[in-house]
Amino acid sequence: MALTAEESGRLVGLLAAHAERVVQRWADIVAASLHGRLSQAELRLQVQELHRSMIDAGAEGLTDIQSEGAGELRAALAELSRGWARQGFSATETAVGLYALKDVLVELAEAGEVELRDVVAFGGLIDRMGLFTFETYVHTREGLIADQAEQLLELSTPVVKIWDGVVAVPLVGTLDSARAQVVMERLLQTLVDTGSPHAIIDITGVPAVDTQVAQHILKTVVAARLMGADCIISGIRPQIAQTIVALGIEFGDIATKASLADALRHVLRLTGVEAARRQPRREA
Amino acid sequence: MTAGVDLSPKAQAIGSDEDVVRVRQLVRTVAVAVKLSLVDQTKLVTAASELARNTLIYGGGGSAEVTVVDDGRRRGVRIVFADSGPGIPDLDLALTDGYTTGGGLGLGLSGARRLVDEFDVETAAGNGTRVTVTKWSR
Amino acid sequence: MERVPVLKIGDILLVSIQIDMSDQTALALQEDLAERIVATGCHGVIIDITALDIVDSFVGRMLSTIASISRVLDAETVVVGMRPAVAITLVELGLSLNGIRTALNVERGMELIAASREADLTYDGEVEYPEPGQTATSP
Repeated sequence: MALTAEESGRLVGLLAAHAERVVQRWADIVAASLHGRLSQAELRLQVQELHRSMIDAGAEGLTDIQSEGAGELRAALAELSRGWARQGFSATETAVGLYALKDVLVELAEAGEVELRDVVAFGGLIDRMGLFTFETYVHTREGLIADQAEQLLELSTPVVKIWDGVVAVPLVGTLDSARAQVVMERLLQTLVDTGSPHAIIDITGVPAVDTQVAQHILKTVVAARLMGADCIISGIRPQIAQTIVALGIEFGDIATKASLADALRHVLRLTGVEAARRQPRREA
Repeated sequence: MTAGVDLSPKAQAIGSDEDVVRVRQLVRTVAVAVKLSLVDQTKLVTAASELARNTLIYGGGGSAEVTVVDDGRRRGVRIVFADSGPGIPDLDLALTDGYTTGGGLGLGLSGARRLVDEFDVETAAGNGTRVTVTKWSR
Repeated sequence: MERVPVLKIGDILLVSIQIDMSDQTALALQEDLAERIVATGCHGVIIDITALDIVDSFVGRMLSTIASISRVLDAETVVVGMRPAVAITLVELGLSLNGIRTALNVERGMELIAASREADLTYDGEVEYPEPGQTATSP
């Protein structure tokens, strides 16, 4: 419920009249909940900024957080909560940062500076400010998570050239649909870029293979064949071999090898390179 | 039908072989503007090619309308293929891999369905066919 | 209607598709190639699709047909330069391009044709073809 113009007028007046006291107490209460993770001076600056933009919003702008005049206040709130979210503050800590203002108002009421009826009305506005802050907080965190997920994808899917005409992808960790797609595209692109007709997909580091993961690997192999390259799957551990058979997954005529070394040897033999193990020289 | 940031709905009549090519180019332009990934662009354009050909061959010609859609979180491309041809008498059969009445590979409808995120067919015998497909950005 | 040029390089016909083909253009290419194989007596056909940003079922069928026709005419067809996004889409579409040999680029395609030609010429009745559907059979 929005404040009436008179109510917000009284709130602005109150904040302006007791500016020093409000900012000081507000900063103190927030500081107590943060256990010194933000310096007193920094915190005071941030609180001061919020305080100022509330007063600047004026009687018109402060009736409701979504009102036209509250644009700058919304921007200030958004900035604060974005900053805190990035610094790793919890949702509660961010919310307390605003709700502390309610405690300040109650203290002012006890001192007889403001009527209790107004405190309740102002509280409603602060609640809505809190919700807005929280919304921004969640949004920022979602963005962070999405960024990190993307970075993780980048990190976890290297495609390396291990021999002339042979590239390998060592898969590590759980393969979900999104990751499998990235791996698939990167492998195929590397085949084109390096002109390599052979690829080894090593699944030693994949903890489990289900039907879906197997499907993704199979599709990659088929796509590579369409492009004129051949894939070998290596690093199939005993449990995974059992799952593959139990699930009835057909690898068809796709070459599978126990280890990356075996796979490489297989490719080299195909391409006519002799990989001889050097014998220790013995005196006759 | 300009390229770039123009995201208003665009229509292309399908009456000849060359129009199928034009549908492909139109869909490609919009898919790029909406920033679909390269693979998703390719999938959508391929699906559009199959469906535009169906509209031409089985529907006796018709039209394709390309619109940009937005569900608040992400954007996508929606294409509606409409014809006033004989309709599809048995939709389930038409959506079966390898089923064809036109001497093709029988992958047009069923294959196109696998290439898009949303797929919808409205058809009635004698009342034409309307295929709506949507591909969302990730 | 645009036409796709067919170039003769030594014993090989090279087709580099640079345009977004209409179905008519694709069918015309299919006919042109059959005629050129017979007219030139070439034993290899390389179709370079590096520039194609999509291959739909119609073009896929054209490639399969060209491969089959050229096999009958004692020429080997290799499709080269398929883009990753195109390959992924074809797999999803369910098109396997059976009977078509593929290579990453023109150079690899030429090696492939040379190798299978050599195997053909040295055929002494004892060589076993591991994939009968995929190699050119001797006359």
